[in-house]
Amino acid sequence: MSKRVERTSPAVQVRLDVRHPASTTGVSVDYDEIYEHLRGRFGTEVVLEHVQSDLTDPKKPIVFDPPQILIRPDTIAEVSAFIRDDDGLQMGSLMCVSSLDRGDVLSVVYHTHSMGLRHRAAMRVDVVRSDPVVPTVEQIWPTANWHEREAHDLMGIVFEGHSDLRTLILPEGWEGHPLRKDYKVQEYYRGMRVPY
Amino acid sequence: MPTTERKAFKSEDMVLSMGPQHPSTHGVLRLELRTDGEVVELATPHIGYLHRNFEKHAESVPYPGIIPYTDRMDYVAAMNNELGFCLAVEALFDRGGKTIKIPEKAQYIRVIVAEMNRIASHLLAFGTYGLDTGAFTPFLYAFRDRETVLGLFEEICGARLLYNYIRIGGVVKDLTPDFHHKLRDFLDYFEPQIDVYNKLLTDNMIFLGRTRGVGVFTAEQALSYGWSGPNLRGSGVKWDLRKEEPYCVYDRFDFDVPIGVNGDCWDRYKVRMDEMGESVRILRQALDQMEERGLLEDTVVMAKVRGTIRPPAGEIYSRTETPRGDLGYFIKSDATDTPERVKVRSPCFTALSAMEEISRGCLVGDLIAIIGSIDIVLGEIDR
Repeated sequence: MSKRVERTSPAVQVRLDVRHPASTTGVSVDYDEIYEHLRGRFGTEVVLEHVQSDLTDPKKPIVFDPPQILIRPDTIAEVSAFIRDDDGLQMGSLMCVSSLDRGDVLSVVYHTHSMGLRHRAAMRVDVVRSDPVVPTVEQIWPTANWHEREAHDLMGIVFEGHSDLRTLILPEGWEGHPLRKDYKVQEYYRGMRVPY
Repeated sequence: MPTTERKAFKSEDMVLSMGPQHPSTHGVLRLELRTDGEVVELATPHIGYLHRNFEKHAESVPYPGIIPYTDRMDYVAAMNNELGFCLAVEALFDRGGKTIKIPEKAQYIRVIVAEMNRIASHLLAFGTYGLDTGAFTPFLYAFRDRETVLGLFEEICGARLLYNYIRIGGVVKDLTPDFHHKLRDFLDYFEPQIDVYNKLLTDNMIFLGRTRGVGVFTAEQALSYGWSGPNLRGSGVKWDLRKEEPYCVYDRFDFDVPIGVNGDCWDRYKVRMDEMGESVRILRQALDQMEERGLLEDTVVMAKVRGTIRPPAGEIYSRTETPRGDLGYFIKSDATDTPERVKVRSPCFTALSAMEEISRGCLVGDLIAIIGSIDIVLGEIDR
């Protein structure tokens, strides 16, 4: 990381200066430290839970890699801005925004990564199925724009404050959200039989 | 022209539709252009023409059955897509304490086919980029040499484009006995060819005129839009997962990570040209190391995996470096033979999402050069 980039606007701020030597695997595994740091800053009201791997029963292991930090949905934008700008976290890149159907709740998982400090973290919000509203993080990581539009299309999660929540992948006016577990294909789309 | 000067001549806005079958859009992509004369004010991409909902299919197919679907995402670098998926599933086993031990020969074969596919994919990018900017000849050169790579793939797995070769636990079939000779012959032939390509296109005055200073994307813009792979490196960020988070046996090879300076179309193109040379270096070392370690006589290329693959319950995010950038797989398993959710983080998808930003204020002609330079494959964007 030889090039130091000057910041121009808060929205595209990225730090590339390396302050810590890279670990051998490239990924720092101290997830607990990140969790404690966030919990210390926001308290238990906002940072709800640390969902970690559970290998106590070797026959039925449960894996979470990276472990997920459960965040109260309405605070996700605030927490995201903090983990991007905080000196100890520097999560400059959002790798992926994934949406999941867990039955009674829908989840959004944000996988973030810091190129400067070479660590990663996953944040998760759970929202009720009947009212899946999550604040957008588009102004923090512009790459979230399309990821959120995709999650809106396929999982029906509404990102509050998103600049442009139009249909991205599905045809315009398509009914339902295909990645939900209870999805039923509509019979007609604009007068055409489905499947045609 | 500076913005203020342009405003003095502002004409009526015109909305133009480019695609979905426009030859320069590399697949079925539609760009909605709002133009003021020759200047693009806004280019909005419309995608989804190739949407098959791979992620939904994956929820009803056993793990090994998903691999052919991953081939069909980025169909010009299918090996790299399979590799990413298999590594993600193997990582699930590993983190759950049920490590699948991949035979060493399979590790090397995976690297070899991934790098061969990287060469094939970059050749396609080089050839079609020539077409986009008005040079027809490089395309023929590129396809002639890509044919050799595809021929070698056909020899080892029977398919030329969609392989289903890398499996969970290794690779499905051993290399043919004279494969390494043929690959060495190809590398000896191919390495000087890169200079020929450079003479043909890279340093061509017209090509330089079309691409130098066009579509400049700074490092911070690129990072904020989640760019990765050659596009990100073109903007001057030295970031390659093969170096930063080595998987397979990539930590055993000595190779450089080429980067650009200005972040323009030419830089992104040049990074790909240089990467082909680095892939040749990796391939040579891989063949040498296989010989040194006596792996050529080895016949075990598949770990002992029980009939039905049931990874431990849990959620994992794993990523690898494909010719187009970071390909991430997010897999949620419920300890049955089918995943509960597979989400793909596609490098082209994130690259294309910056289209509005990168093309603001460029000329319509330059837009073609910009789309070509980010090297998108629509199969992966729409999935």
